[in-house]
Amino acid sequence: MSRRGPGLALGLALAVTGVACGGGSGPGPLGAPAGSITVLAAASLTEAFTALGRDFEARHPGASVRFGFAGSATLARQLEAGAPADVFASADEQTMARAAAAGVVGEARIMARNRLALVVEAGNPRGIATLADLADPGVVLVLCAPQVPCGRLGAAALARAGVAIQPASLEDDVKAVVAKVALGEADAGIAYATDVGAAGPAVEGVDVGVVDDPDLEAVYPVAVASAAANPALAVAWIDFVLSDAGQARLRELGFLPA
Amino acid sequence: MRGRAPRSRLALAGAAVGGAVLVLPVVGLAWRAPWGALASDLTTPAARTALRLSLVCSGWATVITVATGVPLAWVLARVAFPGRRVVRALVLVPLVLPPVVGGVGLLLAFGRRGLVGRYLSDWFSVSLPFSTAGAALAEAFVALPFLVLTAEAAFRGADRGLEEAARTLGASPWRVFRQVTLPATWPTLAAGVALAWARALGEFGATITFAGNAPGRTTTIPLQVYLLLQSGELDSAIALSLVLLAVSVAVLAGLRQRWLGAL
Repeated sequence: MSRRGPGLALGLALAVTGVACGGGSGPGPLGAPAGSITVLAAASLTEAFTALGRDFEARHPGASVRFGFAGSATLARQLEAGAPADVFASADEQTMARAAAAGVVGEARIMARNRLALVVEAGNPRGIATLADLADPGVVLVLCAPQVPCGRLGAAALARAGVAIQPASLEDDVKAVVAKVALGEADAGIAYATDVGAAGPAVEGVDVGVVDDPDLEAVYPVAVASAAANPALAVAWIDFVLSDAGQARLRELGFLPA
Repeated sequence: MRGRAPRSRLALAGAAVGGAVLVLPVVGLAWRAPWGALASDLTTPAARTALRLSLVCSGWATVITVATGVPLAWVLARVAFPGRRVVRALVLVPLVLPPVVGGVGLLLAFGRRGLVGRYLSDWFSVSLPFSTAGAALAEAFVALPFLVLTAEAAFRGADRGLEEAARTLGASPWRVFRQVTLPATWPTLAAGVALAWARALGEFGATITFAGNAPGRTTTIPLQVYLLLQSGELDSAIALSLVLLAVSVAVLAGLRQRWLGAL
């Protein structure tokens, strides 16, 4: 038994690897967009793009869309370093402009907008009602890092409200902010409205009044990657996201129309 | 005899590829390093804060590791108890666990709502997440196996006869450890401590997950490298990476013999 242990473990490791890497895509019917594409998208698009991916694949049998979700800045770095991808969607125009300047994406189109939200634990136990309440020394606040779009917007919102606070942590992406609040480690965080909706019952959003300011809206550009292996399908994906059906799905998940 | 030459050629080819995979990333860092601007990249306020914080956190992590890892190794080596093999396997878990998962585990155990953390919070008003102490704890978690593995091997290799002789002569267990076991095993123990410290210094995943990213409190060198990469400051990121690389190489070069001897 103990002799067989290592062999079994190795076999298991190989089997798992084989299953995970096995994928692959068959050819689709002639003329229709087919094959597979990889879409790198901002973390805040996780739920929306996953849902849109299912819609897209249902419309185009033979096409498959794979996603990589992370902070926009991380994804831009990956593209610049030659990561294989067909489409890039960032949560701000600045990151997209940087990727364009580096020559790794083509012309970008705005596909959606998003609003900031103050996220607190379900039931709002600290009674946080305004941005000024965050300055209470007992409140543990987490923001996005200034390197990612939600961090820049969050800092701008606080500055505009005249609130000077020391956040407990500057998280790597917006999902990490919501996770820290959902786990109860932080009392409040600044995230996007769509993330609050996607996070489930552990958290809720607080309307703090900055949400109507168009300067504090996240803008989501999307572009075909210059090194796209399947540019036809990449264009079809972007067309679908911008189509009425795609836009309706995005609105349903809390995004604002482009 | 006839079959040996091709087989050894195959082994050489495999070894060459393996060596290249290990060495090329290091060469890449050195090749792209901003050698001319190194001093200015390493003396920016953010870099200096991260360097200082890394020394503090890894220092405390090493203290925690020694204070808990040496007794743990001694118990595993000297005390026969049911489930010892299970404990020995559990000690290795941080070696193979993704550090991010370790960080989530630390949150669920020591976070404000965690298994133990809720009492730390309620009774002592101690909150580990987002604190320097939390960063040190996360580093200790991933570094502990390196010390326990090395120290246990050292204790197992020590001469039991000498220890028993000291016991029969009336020495207390603590005196036996201090005056017999420790002098015989300290070079290997020191190797384990150095390895654990180097691992703590380079820790990223568990730290950013459990302790977050707060400049001056939890933003250690690896976190700073990651943030610099995100904001496109590749040169500064490489400069700080070189510091970590130099420390790793120095520790391993200094301990080559000990490490091989211990395992």
